Amino acid sequence: MTGAALVLEDGRVFRGQAFGATGTTLGEVVFCTGMTGYQETLTDPSYHRQIVVATAPQIGNTGWNDEDDESRRIWVAGYVVRDPARVPSSWRSRRTLDEALGEQGVVGVSGVDTRSLTRHIRERGAMRGGVFSGDALTDVDAMVEQVLASPRMAGADLAGQVTTEAGYVLPAQGERRYRVAALDLGIKTNTPRMMAARGIETHVLPVTATIDDVLAVEPDGVFLANGPGDPATADGPVELARNVLERRIPLFGICFGHQILGRALGRGTYKLRYGHRGINIPVIDVDTGRVAITSQNHGFALDGEPGERFDTPFGAAKISHYCPNDGCVEGVRALEVPAFSVQYHPEAAAGPHDAAPLFDEFVSLMEDPNATAG
Amino acid sequence: MPRRDDIDHVLVIGSGPIVIGQACEFDYSGTQACRVLREEGLRVSLVNSNPATIMTDPEFADATYIEPITVDFVEKVIAKERPDALLATLGGQTALNTAVALHERGILEKYGVELIGADIEAIQRGEDRQRFKDICAAVGAETPRSAVCHSMDEVRATVERLGLPVVIRPSFTMGGLGSGMAHTAEELERLASSGLAESPVHEVLIEESVLGWKEYELELMRDRNDNVVVICSIENIDPMGVHTGDSVTVAPAMTLTDREYQHMRDVGIDVLREVGVDTGGCNIQFAVQPETGRLVVIEMNPRVSRSSALASKATGFPIAKIAAKLAIGYTLDEIRNDITGETPASFEPTLDYVVVKVPRFAFEKFPGADPTLTTTMKSVGEAMSLGRNFVEALGKALRSMETGAAGFWTTPDPAGVTAQDLLDALRVAHDGRLYTVERALRLGASVAEVSAASGIDPWFVDQIASLVELRAEVIAAPVLDEPLLRRAKRSGFSDRQVAALRPELAGEDGVRTLRHRLGVRPVFKTVDTCAAEFAARTPYHYSAYELDPEAESEVTEQRDRPKVLILGSGPNRIGQGIEFDYSCVHAAMALRAAGFETVMVNCNPETVSTDYDTSDRLYFEPLTFEDVLEVVHSERGSGTVVGVIVQLGGQTPLGLARRLTEAGVPVVGTPADAIHLAEDRGAFGEVLANAGLPAPRFGMATSFTAAKRIADEIGYPVLVRPSYVLGGRGMEIVYDEASLAGYIARATQITPEHPVLVDRFLDDAIEIDVDALCDGHEIFLGGVMEHIEEAGVHSGDSSCALPPITLGRTDLAVIRRSTAAIAEGIGVRGLLNVQYALKDDVLYVLEANPRASRTVPFVSKATAVPLAKAAARIMLGATIAELRAEGLLPAKGDGGELPATSPVAVKEAVLPFHRFRTPEGHGVDSLLGPEMKSTGEVMGIDASFGKAFAKSQTASYGSLPTSGRVFVSVANRDKRAMVFPVKRLADLGFEVLATAGTAEVLRRNGIPCTEVRKHFETPLDDQPNIVEIIRAGGVDMVINTPYGNPGPRVDGYEIRTAAVSRDIPCVTTIQGAAAAVHGIEALISQEIEVESLQALQAALRSSR
Repeated sequence: MTGAALVLEDGRVFRGQAFGATGTTLGEVVFCTGMTGYQETLTDPSYHRQIVVATAPQIGNTGWNDEDDESRRIWVAGYVVRDPARVPSSWRSRRTLDEALGEQGVVGVSGVDTRSLTRHIRERGAMRGGVFSGDALTDVDAMVEQVLASPRMAGADLAGQVTTEAGYVLPAQGERRYRVAALDLGIKTNTPRMMAARGIETHVLPVTATIDDVLAVEPDGVFLANGPGDPATADGPVELARNVLERRIPLFGICFGHQILGRALGRGTYKLRYGHRGINIPVIDVDTGRVAITSQNHGFALDGEPGERFDTPFGAAKISHYCPNDGCVEGVRALEVPAFSVQYHPEAAAGPHDAAPLFDEFVSLMEDPNATAG
Repeated sequence: MPRRDDIDHVLVIGSGPIVIGQACEFDYSGTQACRVLREEGLRVSLVNSNPATIMTDPEFADATYIEPITVDFVEKVIAKERPDALLATLGGQTALNTAVALHERGILEKYGVELIGADIEAIQRGEDRQRFKDICAAVGAETPRSAVCHSMDEVRATVERLGLPVVIRPSFTMGGLGSGMAHTAEELERLASSGLAESPVHEVLIEESVLGWKEYELELMRDRNDNVVVICSIENIDPMGVHTGDSVTVAPAMTLTDREYQHMRDVGIDVLREVGVDTGGCNIQFAVQPETGRLVVIEMNPRVSRSSALASKATGFPIAKIAAKLAIGYTLDEIRNDITGETPASFEPTLDYVVVKVPRFAFEKFPGADPTLTTTMKSVGEAMSLGRNFVEALGKALRSMETGAAGFWTTPDPAGVTAQDLLDALRVAHDGRLYTVERALRLGASVAEVSAASGIDPWFVDQIASLVELRAEVIAAPVLDEPLLRRAKRSGFSDRQVAALRPELAGEDGVRTLRHRLGVRPVFKTVDTCAAEFAARTPYHYSAYELDPEAESEVTEQRDRPKVLILGSGPNRIGQGIEFDYSCVHAAMALRAAGFETVMVNCNPETVSTDYDTSDRLYFEPLTFEDVLEVVHSERGSGTVVGVIVQLGGQTPLGLARRLTEAGVPVVGTPADAIHLAEDRGAFGEVLANAGLPAPRFGMATSFTAAKRIADEIGYPVLVRPSYVLGGRGMEIVYDEASLAGYIARATQITPEHPVLVDRFLDDAIEIDVDALCDGHEIFLGGVMEHIEEAGVHSGDSSCALPPITLGRTDLAVIRRSTAAIAEGIGVRGLLNVQYALKDDVLYVLEANPRASRTVPFVSKATAVPLAKAAARIMLGATIAELRAEGLLPAKGDGGELPATSPVAVKEAVLPFHRFRTPEGHGVDSLLGPEMKSTGEVMGIDASFGKAFAKSQTASYGSLPTSGRVFVSVANRDKRAMVFPVKRLADLGFEVLATAGTAEVLRRNGIPCTEVRKHFETPLDDQPNIVEIIRAGGVDMVINTPYGNPGPRVDGYEIRTAAVSRDIPCVTTIQGAAAAVHGIEALISQEIEVESLQALQAALRSSR
């Protein structure tokens, strides 16, 4: 067994065995509490530059299949687990998780007391760290030094690193009813799939797209995807969102896209201590009081209070959804222009499907753009 | 939505006696519900016939009715209490069925009682199998192909279409009663006809076989705002074909991708909504075809279930408590998550550990019963464990079982068995199948072969294969060094298992010494519902081994209050059940009130003791010496442990007393040496001799020759049994030398350390049970119970009355003196149970147990004195005088001198015979003997013995008949004693049927009777024999006393099994017959009323 260690910027070291590829990897250490869906998580571009800690102790039980990737590759910078499966069991499995990580050069560590690690991050906040295995496993001071030399997540502009190089089109299922321009800030495979099922043809555009690029698609609506990094760096997408709002084109944003809409509406964003990453997170709709159990993955959040109404350059808006665990803003709605967004993942994958009806709301907005999301 | 303001008074129905398929999980859920409703300021009335429950403690409801859970009695309670609402979703199938019956009889409407939690329509949609299938189809979910049948003709036509094998499921029965799989036409005839008979609506579902598919369960909750959350997913290791209660199960599900899990979740939620369960918990079972992933819905329970209790303990999410809050109008987001204290209950728990539940069986109690596991539940209890991975949790669960084997390699392999034999054995589900899996792998079978033979998912099989590999490493290593030992512990190996692999380490103690020297100790993690995302406030811990020597324990310091550890009783089994949990919970309550920090250690997920707020701290751990010692170590590291209580949890913790004491653990109460004095027959004989107390003559033997010599000397009949047992395991009464030889031949584990005891058996004696407290200075008689059956029937199976109905003042005085002498002779500090036999005015001492007995809760309720609480205080140093002054014990008097006006309480045992069948499909014998067979008990309480007895019979078996036909057939020795009770029955208008010999005696005594043929007598004409008459429903009560050893060929066996299958009262002793006559008279002559325990106890207290 090859030794490996997770080294945190505060000097704490968690030792284990090499898992996946061997070598060095650096990133922000975050924990994800989902008990299922590691394949979707690992291939979610929002995890770019993050070393993910799985709190579920037995990982890899269902292997790796050819259907559940949420993008073209594994994005996580590193993977920290306790007990990897020796053999996978699933009729869809094609290879083991270990093999998938190895093939894609993702450095991981297993055998770690992931609960102690999670508690540490919960108390001290998400922080930089590195996984070092094989020859890279050297003395602690040297490894900590490497970690400290790596960039922080706050201030990181990462969407450009995960976005598509060129635009592409995904057809609607059956008859095309709408055309949507989706800004790829780190879009997941299931999002266009959810739209296609509702008769939407999705034109995925790179993050550098301008309002003219968007208008060239002649969209019925604009979608701002999820993605990695600090929303405070996303000036281009925020500008684009303002242009869309001005034109009253129906706009729907999720996760990073939600933070961009919020910023376009004049709200600030801030970094959470350790973020929301899991598939069991309650969100309350202020209007109905109903709870959705949601899939989430965010380290930043929008300023605001549940139910708060506020003025924006585009008329009134309100904080429409919040997380009852900590009061964090989970959704915003413009009341005078057709735009809304949520901090969580209605496309799920991984996670529950409670929020899927948000795509129907998007369809309703495109149906009648004069209505507003409020 | 705030709570409804139109409900002020809720009636809660409990689940009655513990039976297979419905155990103490409903005490746990009902207790939580009562507590929550009262915290909300509601008046709570409760009906439950089970005195051993915490929920029937008077402080948990405003009015507690220990009355039969029948429509008639519940109506009386409703008429008296006039509640606004009825909550029936927390009392298992019993409560739900009663609610449906109350509705159908118009009683709910008559009294304006609203059913909350689930309405009748939803219950019927969930439980009516065809409607349920239609609902699944409506939401686009698949179910196995099937048809509902009401006759055997319909059954046969359906099977024509589906092909064999098929599953037979009767509607509206609990624990899968009457269901099974038919592979042949013959099995179909048998199972379907008994299924039609078991179903209260004479309906069975015949269904496509999904045998061998993967099996899953989801626990869901819904509130009135239509929010739905999944609390827990459970995966059964045993594939479809084994009842989930009999399966080894794992939480969370281990072998589902997110895509499949979310599909299951979607289907579950859609079905729940469509069925329309208003609020509360529900459980849905699924099967998944392993090669294609095809998912079908199997069934749903629109109520809190056994799996809900498991899910609550597995996740820390208190389903019953939340269900009660939802029922009175709260929504999930309005309810706090107790564990975090910050976040709401509207979320889905996520686990960072693995939970394994293993069922506990009792086939050894029912010789002849088919031990094959099927869709009818047969297990009597379960243990749960938590570990940081599957194998660690599995190891802990297996060693929690309290059977001979304590995990892999702890018992010798059967000789001469090959891998192929084991693969063949794996094709049939059986108790201990995972042991067979391990042996097969070790003998060279591949993971694929084992998986194919057993249907167990290869992931689980490979996990066990990893243990086989690690075992080889442990054996092969030149030295057992720290890294290897740590890996072994992290994979769940106990010290005892390691010792079995490394004989040079001098046993378990040697391994522990080495382990501690190497610094390999467990850490204690916390169950927090959220995988550490939020800080937990609730100290609910489990042990785990981590590779990192610096891994952290989460046990917080507490140095202000002294700590007391209470060791629970482990998995329920026959002889050790909920009664012991009751005593442990009471100890926790009393000691917490007295200023101690209470720490509970137990591994039974069904119990109140393993609720995280019963004690100050909870360790969900196996009750083995190793595991308990590590908990003690952990608690000593975080504060001062002043005592460990071993005498309240039954034989399991008591058995640890000596080793714990020797390890320097402060065991409080009766010391280990004193326990030995009571348990060792030789030593106990001296105690009695010194006190001048008579005991039946006895001797100890390790061979037939020695046993025969003793029996010849003291005379037959003799009672033979192994030493050191609970629940009368292996006891028999033998009447002659041949049976004695047979017994010795069957009793395999006779050694010089474990001899056989041969006692003189006191025929026709009155047996008396006494529970007493002793503080070292004086004794307090808790209660004196007179058995209704004569000596020879195990006290746990015997019905008894308190106060004693035929004992005089002088008898009681002798009992008091004898009990005091025994308590002093042994050196009891705390509780003592003594069993006496009174014969010819001589009080013989049968045995003494210096621990809480099974009857403690019954006595506590009947006499309004909390014995277990007092015992716990005495163990920690309080005296009886102090407790009298404090008010915990009455100021004067005790249970040996109850006021003349005190009510009579009758305890009746509930037996599980109808759940077992021989492999040929016949019933098992219902005969009572010295070996305990009952799973639970009920209490009837009223002003007179007759009424109380009638209530106890109604609560346990359905009502005694008040008219009709009674069949009498008794052994010769009973024929004289039979005359008066049978005469009375004839006078009361019963038609008496009797076999020839009995009929002759009856006629000579002027009792008219009809003679019927025994079942084995040659038919003279077309007259049916008695067994046929009983099976056809032609008899309302059976009085049949046997002679000689039980066995399938003994006279009476067919009669008794027929009575069991018809569910009619079957009295097997003359004393029982006399009591039944009392009860019948009470039912005929007087209107039986209901009274709350609070009122009865208040009256008792004021007359003291």
